[in-house]
Amino acid sequence: MHKLSESVEGKIGRLEFRTSPEAYRHWSIAIDGSVARLVLAVDEHSPAAPGYELKLNSYDIGVDIELCDAIQRLRFEHPGVKTVVISSGIQGTFCAGANIRMLGTSSHSHKVNFCKFTNETRNAIEDASHYSGQTYMAALNGTAAGGGYELALATEYLMLIDDGNAAVSLPEVPLLAVLPATGGLTRVVDKRKVRRDLADVFCTLEEGMKGKRAVEWRLIDEIVPRSKFDACVTSKALELAALSDRPDGEAGITLDRLERSEKGDEIRYPFVTVHLDRDRRNVILEIEAPDRDAPTDVSGIKRQGVDFWPLAVVRAMDDAILHLRFNEPMLGTLIIRTSGDGDRVAAYDTLLDANRNDWFVREILLYMQRVYKRLDVTSRTTFAFVEQGSCFVGMLADLLFAVDRSYMLNGQLDDRLPARIQLSELNFGVLRMANGLTRLETRFLGEKESLDNARGLIGRKLEALQALEAGLITHAPDDIDWDDEIRLLLEERASFSPDALTGMEANLRFAGPETMETKIFGRLSAWQNWIFQRPNAAGSEGALKLYGTGKRAKYNRGRV
Amino acid sequence: MSEVDYASLIPNNVDLASDVRLQRALEAWYPKYIDWWKTMGPEGFQDYEVYLRTAVGVDPEGWAKFGYVRMPEYRWGILLAPQEQGRTIAFGQHKGEPVWQDVPGEYRAMLRRLVVIQGDTEPASVEQQRFLGQTAPSLYDMRNVFQVNVEEGRHLWAMVYLLQKYFGRDGREEAEDLLLRRSGDVDRPRILGAFNEATPDWLSFFMFTTFTDRDGKMQLESFANSGWDPLARTTRFMLTEEGHHMFVGRTGVERVIQRTTEIMNENGITDPTDVVGVRKHGGIDLPTIQKKINFHYSVTLDLFGAEISTNAANSFNAGLKARFHEPRIDDDHQLENDTYPVARVADGQIQIVDVPALTAINARLADDFIDDCEKVMKRWNRVFQAQGIGYSLSLPHRAFNRAVGEFADVFVTDKGEIVPEGEWHDRKHEWLASDSDLEYILSLMQLQTTPGKYANWISAPRAGINGKPGDFEYVKLAA
Ligand SMILES: [Fe+2]
Ligand SMILES: [Fe+2]
Repeated sequence: MHKLSESVEGKIGRLEFRTSPEAYRHWSIAIDGSVARLVLAVDEHSPAAPGYELKLNSYDIGVDIELCDAIQRLRFEHPGVKTVVISSGIQGTFCAGANIRMLGTSSHSHKVNFCKFTNETRNAIEDASHYSGQTYMAALNGTAAGGGYELALATEYLMLIDDGNAAVSLPEVPLLAVLPATGGLTRVVDKRKVRRDLADVFCTLEEGMKGKRAVEWRLIDEIVPRSKFDACVTSKALELAALSDRPDGEAGITLDRLERSEKGDEIRYPFVTVHLDRDRRNVILEIEAPDRDAPTDVSGIKRQGVDFWPLAVVRAMDDAILHLRFNEPMLGTLIIRTSGDGDRVAAYDTLLDANRNDWFVREILLYMQRVYKRLDVTSRTTFAFVEQGSCFVGMLADLLFAVDRSYMLNGQLDDRLPARIQLSELNFGVLRMANGLTRLETRFLGEKESLDNARGLIGRKLEALQALEAGLITHAPDDIDWDDEIRLLLEERASFSPDALTGMEANLRFAGPETMETKIFGRLSAWQNWIFQRPNAAGSEGALKLYGTGKRAKYNRGRV
Repeated sequence: MSEVDYASLIPNNVDLASDVRLQRALEAWYPKYIDWWKTMGPEGFQDYEVYLRTAVGVDPEGWAKFGYVRMPEYRWGILLAPQEQGRTIAFGQHKGEPVWQDVPGEYRAMLRRLVVIQGDTEPASVEQQRFLGQTAPSLYDMRNVFQVNVEEGRHLWAMVYLLQKYFGRDGREEAEDLLLRRSGDVDRPRILGAFNEATPDWLSFFMFTTFTDRDGKMQLESFANSGWDPLARTTRFMLTEEGHHMFVGRTGVERVIQRTTEIMNENGITDPTDVVGVRKHGGIDLPTIQKKINFHYSVTLDLFGAEISTNAANSFNAGLKARFHEPRIDDDHQLENDTYPVARVADGQIQIVDVPALTAINARLADDFIDDCEKVMKRWNRVFQAQGIGYSLSLPHRAFNRAVGEFADVFVTDKGEIVPEGEWHDRKHEWLASDSDLEYILSLMQLQTTPGKYANWISAPRAGINGKPGDFEYVKLAA
């Protein structure tokens, strides 16, 4: 019996996404003035699931959850940090990428979710560099292989130690029969603009590339001798920091542990509640309007910190989406509801819009954008129900354009006012999708007049028929039909193949131009997910399964 | 145009005269090699004639030609053991298939890595030993270190031949890089840890050639059965030279022990741990010898790599790197369903755990190395019996002082007990030489150039080189 090939499928327990630096096992953050150093020294004996060791600074979801948290904290808690240097605390190795035993032994859905999360995390790194004034660079003080190099590719500057050994490589194809799919292939040709034929050579070279040729091929930016490495890293970091618009001397906003309580099938956060309906395989995500009036200015926002309503909502949504994704795969439809005073939401929206250039407000909006993007790539059906008492206004209205369909009650089921929605500036140019467009731009790709018309509706309270007329919702059943319509909708949806739905939804959501992000989530991930299912990788004789046993994969040579 | 006729300059049995591609590669490499030798080879002795053994062929007459030569003019050759007709691959998934004469495409990267790592150790030890001539305890010993050095140079040639002949442009670049890395250099270190340690004194040299060259032997032995025939044939011939290196080491330490015990007996020192007494008479005390064993043995064990290793599993299964004496092992030589017991840390203790045999190839090679080392210890301990001294030297536990593999994260005593990190550091000098021990050894290192004379801390060898008399002038220092 080979202990190593024993499956640990399903053994990955419930994942917790809330963490903080004191609890990190794998990463550490050190801050010196405008430069933060994010050092990876993976504790090989702390994998997220039993059955593998995290050798050579390889990572699993546990390592990446910490990275995600660190990135988030650097943005919010450290406004003075302008450059983040990622390096390794382990001699000779920067990072060996995703742990292969972990990939070889985990379930297909875990692999897919793991890749999605790591992709989101690397996108968040780029997001920080491009929009937050917090530029990432990779100080490759050892070999960066596979996902390790992909992590480096997510930064804006790659400095490789020139010690005759350290190399960068994407050995997935020759070694594992899978793709460098945490953005690797895409970033090599799209971001670093490595010529495609050279990229082909590089991606089939198990041992990768080092030295001058790696620079010539644009795989890295610079090689530096070991004796000068630390000094060069520091001076480059300071050089990048000088370009930043982040403020000096401002206090950060501490990301206190997100409150969450669970009772039966209900998860409660401040302003967000998640109801799990296991019988019907649905989840309802309900967002509540603020319970008090908006502060009057930026200093008021900062005094509230994490309790500031938009930030609180976004944090809760982030955790809820990830929790559902990893821990509740059987609930196939996500329904978004809102409740509360829409005017208050509108006031917060106006406040955010008016202070878009403040570093903290900018971080909140960018965070909102990232969380909404998590929703865009959710592999479950998403619906929004707009009912009486709801508050789909501004930032919450954008959710109507994120979901696969929206239903708005036309008429009244009780004596409260009819349901209404309201657009704001945030729907026009602030919250963008992975394709670089706003959700409304994407929605109205073929009807520019609808987009212009919608802009004219900013600030107006729109009832169901007006919203329907403007193309802002999918259906507006009246009060007599509502319950039946909704029941039929959910029952019909639940009857379809989950795979077909996931594929259909993912393809319909991203109309418009391709960007690096859409290619990563669309093309690269889709190919990878296909390969992950194929026997050449995942079969009992496949490369992924046999890796580490010394046995060689037996490939079916047919091209598909 | 080549001004040098490399084909006749370089002793070879690879038909260099008609291999244009190889000639061209060598033309570019040879001058760089000579530069490297002159700058990184034995310091201060390049112009003297040394009584050296040169291999000009692989037959019994050819492989050991003795004569005086200046080292930069040494005839480094490219010599492979004769090809065995009809040889088949003896292990792994290709077992039973004919051996490969060319590099199999699917294993190109793996093979290149193996050749580069082996190749890197050869010049490294020359660099480590380059100052030893200046403190040689005799001309005999001086000649021996130079002999080892030129042969390590030839081993480099052997690996460079494989790179240049079989790996195209990549191989030529790797061959150049082998000359660019430097032992102990911050910017361009040698690949493996032990090859960046200093060899500052002759006791270190003898320990190095005893233990670290023995690692070399184990590695070469496992390549000697490679399914890639050029590698097998190259390493088979290298092994004939490696034997002498280990001989220099084993007899060197033996002669130190001999001398120390003589000093003890001459001066009535009966306590084998009497450091001060032995040092008063200029000998190297037995506890320090034990500590040097502990150090060199443990850093050499690191060279075997992680006990549980995917790379080793892959190269075994691919038929590239076998186990020690593979053909003599009684099993199916494929190991797909076998296990092998490996010492690991589990639950805070060192335990023997059965693991898939394929992944334990490194652990097994280390086991064979340890067996070999035990035999050396027996020979050394015979000196104590002959001298009537109640002492014996021993190998430390395999988990002691390790930086690679299963025991890299634990702190283990010489007896194999896991202790807290702080305690280990506090007690470190119970097991490893202290700075003052090393300084004492260094203080003994004085050049002795009178033929037939030996420094006080080491005894004369039993016999001369190639049957030469005791006062033979192995190195002609008089200009
Ligand atoms: Fe050698
Ligand atoms: Fe040797």
